[in-house]
Amino acid sequence: MEWLPTSASTFAPGVDFILWLVTIISVLSCIVVGAMLVYLVVKYRRRSDNDSTPAITHDSFLETLWTVIPTILCVVIFIYGYVYYDEYTTTPKNAIEINVTGKQWIWSFDYANGKKTLNDLYVPVNQPIRLVMQSTDVLHSFFVPAFRVKQDLMGNRYTYINFTATKEGVYDLYCTEYCGTAHSDMLGKVHVLSEAKFAAWEDGSADKAKKASAANIPPAELGKQLYSSKGCVACHSIDGADGVGPTWKGLFAKNRVFTDGTSANADENYIKESILYPGEKMVEGYGPVMPSYKGLLDDAEITAIIEYIKTLK
Amino acid sequence: MGLYSITTKILKSIAYPSELVPSIEEDDGHHHFDPVTEHEGAKLGMWLFLATELLLFGGLFAAYAIYRAKYPEMFMLGSSSLDVVLGSVNTVILIFSSLTVAVAVKAIQENRIQLVKVMLWVTIICAAIFAVNKYFEYTYKFGKGIYPGTDIFYSIYFAATGIHMLHVFIGMAVLGVLLRKVYQNKYSKDNFTAIEIGGLYWHLVDLIWIYLFPLLYLVG
Amino acid sequence: MSEAQESNYLENGHGFKSWFYTVDHKRIGVMYLWAIGVFFVLAAIASFLVRAEHLTPGQTIVSADTYNVLFTLHGAMMVFLFIVPGVAASFGNFLIPLMIGAKDVIFPKLNLYSFWLYLAGAAIFLIALAAPADTGWTFYTPYSIETGANVILITFGVFVLGFSSILTGINFIVTMHKLRAPGMTWDRLPLFCWAAYATSLLQVLATPVVGITLLLLIGERYFGLGFFDPAKGGDPVMFQHFFWFYSHPAVYIMILPAMGIISEIMPVFSRKPIFGYKAIAYSSLAIALISFLVWGHHMFVSGQSKLINIIFSVITYAVAVPTAIKVFNWLWTMYKGSIELSTAMLYSLAFIFLFTIGGLTGLFLGALAADVHLHDTYFVVAHMHYVMIGGTVFGFFAALHFWYPKMWGRMFDEFKAKIAFVLIFIGFNVVFFPQFIMGTLGMPRRYFNYAPEFQTFHQISTYGTWIIGVGFILMLWVLMRPLPGKAEGNPYDSLSLEWSMDSPPGTFNFDEIPTVTEPVYNYGTKIEAEE
Repeated sequence: MEWLPTSASTFAPGVDFILWLVTIISVLSCIVVGAMLVYLVVKYRRRSDNDSTPAITHDSFLETLWTVIPTILCVVIFIYGYVYYDEYTTTPKNAIEINVTGKQWIWSFDYANGKKTLNDLYVPVNQPIRLVMQSTDVLHSFFVPAFRVKQDLMGNRYTYINFTATKEGVYDLYCTEYCGTAHSDMLGKVHVLSEAKFAAWEDGSADKAKKASAANIPPAELGKQLYSSKGCVACHSIDGADGVGPTWKGLFAKNRVFTDGTSANADENYIKESILYPGEKMVEGYGPVMPSYKGLLDDAEITAIIEYIKTLK
Repeated sequence: MGLYSITTKILKSIAYPSELVPSIEEDDGHHHFDPVTEHEGAKLGMWLFLATELLLFGGLFAAYAIYRAKYPEMFMLGSSSLDVVLGSVNTVILIFSSLTVAVAVKAIQENRIQLVKVMLWVTIICAAIFAVNKYFEYTYKFGKGIYPGTDIFYSIYFAATGIHMLHVFIGMAVLGVLLRKVYQNKYSKDNFTAIEIGGLYWHLVDLIWIYLFPLLYLVG
Repeated sequence: MSEAQESNYLENGHGFKSWFYTVDHKRIGVMYLWAIGVFFVLAAIASFLVRAEHLTPGQTIVSADTYNVLFTLHGAMMVFLFIVPGVAASFGNFLIPLMIGAKDVIFPKLNLYSFWLYLAGAAIFLIALAAPADTGWTFYTPYSIETGANVILITFGVFVLGFSSILTGINFIVTMHKLRAPGMTWDRLPLFCWAAYATSLLQVLATPVVGITLLLLIGERYFGLGFFDPAKGGDPVMFQHFFWFYSHPAVYIMILPAMGIISEIMPVFSRKPIFGYKAIAYSSLAIALISFLVWGHHMFVSGQSKLINIIFSVITYAVAVPTAIKVFNWLWTMYKGSIELSTAMLYSLAFIFLFTIGGLTGLFLGALAADVHLHDTYFVVAHMHYVMIGGTVFGFFAALHFWYPKMWGRMFDEFKAKIAFVLIFIGFNVVFFPQFIMGTLGMPRRYFNYAPEFQTFHQISTYGTWIIGVGFILMLWVLMRPLPGKAEGNPYDSLSLEWSMDSPPGTFNFDEIPTVTEPVYNYGTKIEAEE
């Protein structure tokens, strides 16, 4: 059975080495303790009510032995932990910086060339990356198991993660600092791309290719994909359950009452406005927490989401 | 039992919670130990309790140190807005009250009950004057629109002096109970532990203020 | 039965008042036992619901918000109402005066007030159940400042409980300094008392810091103070430092008394002196002192500096060594002994094994690079429960069975109790072992929803709670139905003082304060067997 996640960064083998080392030490220690325990219990079980027992109170040799051996093991484990940690916290010179912002319950990524993505982080393979991270509200924590990296984000200072991905693929990103209702839905994906694919992604040609393929699937189907990939799922349910934002079930064409007392029907234009300018018309009972998706979704994608909402009756 | 008697019972139990316990002393002497052990035990216990009080304020002092290093200007500015004269007066009053409570502790060991009464009264009055001064300081700040959340300095100022103020009130209550028992002739040179540890508590209240005053009022 | 004491402590007075106003340390201990028992059950119910929720990803039985409330209540009630006061307040109160040869603790009235304070704190918790917090038991800022849930009530409850804990700690320390019977020198003091002494020191020195922290948190919500709120220039990491400065020592407040219990039970059922009395006694103190210097290992990824992380990692390993020493000392106590596998002994042996696993998995978390990966995953959850249940709760159950005759004056059905033990032992491992693997694979804790690949682990874990639940119920059922007939004063031929009187003891413990003339675990023949 697999007990370690995929190893996809330069830091992962070091961590895995420690995990293996301590696991072996632990299993051996458990066997020693367990075997001693069973052996002593069986061998010296009470045979009669007046068994005679020796009054052994201490044994300097044994006590030294089981002080020294754990001490040595502890020192060894500490040193390995320190060495790999030192490597992880030292920033390579040629690292690309990406800004990361955590917000209840969305990750957003700002790249040097002005690109911005939500919940999807794109990085080239074999290239040192430095994430410069901050939170705009409560604490969050950036965790990618495949890279074995984790760091909290907070509001009053930047924190950093260094990593170099070694394997192309798509990896899970979790928030691991408890941050409220949708903490467990504050998820993302890290896309590790080959150099060529990353260049294509950077100049936007990959987007076009993806759009072209997207054109082949029905809009409602595309909307369903965007619902989870763009983070809508964190706040909007599709089964009628109340969340941080209103549920999408039966939303379309429903009469909405806003905090300023006015009201409107949730038609295509209203939904589009709410996606691009979420603060404009706040529905009664909800707070102004949704980020604007302006520049993050194009018109076709917005239409797809509207079509998807229409299917949720 | 009528409403009246229930109400008085409740009020009494709030005023004198110790009387909720049916007088144990008369019930069984077995829960008492010899006077020397009791006296030493009470003192050791009180010292431990004072240690916990210091640690409680220790948290505030740690926060103070960290934020003062981080925001030196804010602390200069905030500190200069505090009233040094009123603060100094309060410092003198508390130091004086520490003296009077010490005299009371000495006097009870010499069985000079009258002097104990006077000294405890003076201590309580000093505490009251301290509280009144503090009240004027607070209302003056509020009048200028300065509240506990205004900035970190005022957060620390109000939190530290507020929690200290709470200790002054508790100290007054403790001394008040002691005074009442002095009037009931409960204490003498053979039985003064309570006054001694009550006095220790009051010294602590004084001591904490002696640290708070320069840290808050005399920055820079 | 002697002339001087016609009735035992249980029969000395009946009815509510005779208990609620009592200053008898034994009755207060028994009342604590009932109170922490009630909260153990409530908190356990919350945990069973949490586990049931995880049978499927997404919503199974409750909503995300309810789930967040449930794990907060489970953690907060287990920590502050069960396990911190736990063994120390219940068995500590009952046993310390009996073990050191005193007729009560030094401040009997203060002891009662401490219990009332505990009840007051508990009452505040119960009121808070109407609108509970959703912050997790750690109350991390700024979430705890911003959440719409009711945080103030529950933190105030913790504050009040802290007072109870401090006063109990002071009471025990002074009692052990001033009331030891003639001849009860420090090196004859039972190891449970040593552990209780170390625990009390921690209670006295660590609790005030969490007290001020929670007061300030309340101030942030009420008055808008800005200590921990980044929006106001405050620092959330400072809250974590303050919080763990208490809560790490609190881990040892939880585990040390259980270690004391094991140190009492092993010699009795092995009929051997405890192996390495001094090593165990001093390592209790060493653990207590070092535990004040390791709090930062809860914060390796929270944004403190690299150097600080390295220092805390070193000290963390320093606390591992005295713990390892204890495990081997307990084991070697059985060497050439005459071992009786009573229920209490079974729980003690299980403690040694499970606590070893709990300790070893701590080695993973102390290693900086590995902690970066494992922090805030189910690995931590599993590690902590192996220490807290496998350690403290098994120790607590061992005590419940071991001192049962002394406390209640009756015996229980050993055979059925052993069946309950087997169920609890198996159930516990089924619940928590899969969580190690899940955590290593990257399953974060406090997750309402989870990826489908973790479902098998979650389901096994949840089935385990059903086994352990049945075990708990059976154990309670056995303990609630004592066997007919009175228990002897000393059914195990123990040599320590609490067994030297009738079971249950009279109100004033000893007819005459005893004089101690020999070491406490003076079992076995003096001639060292040669081989």
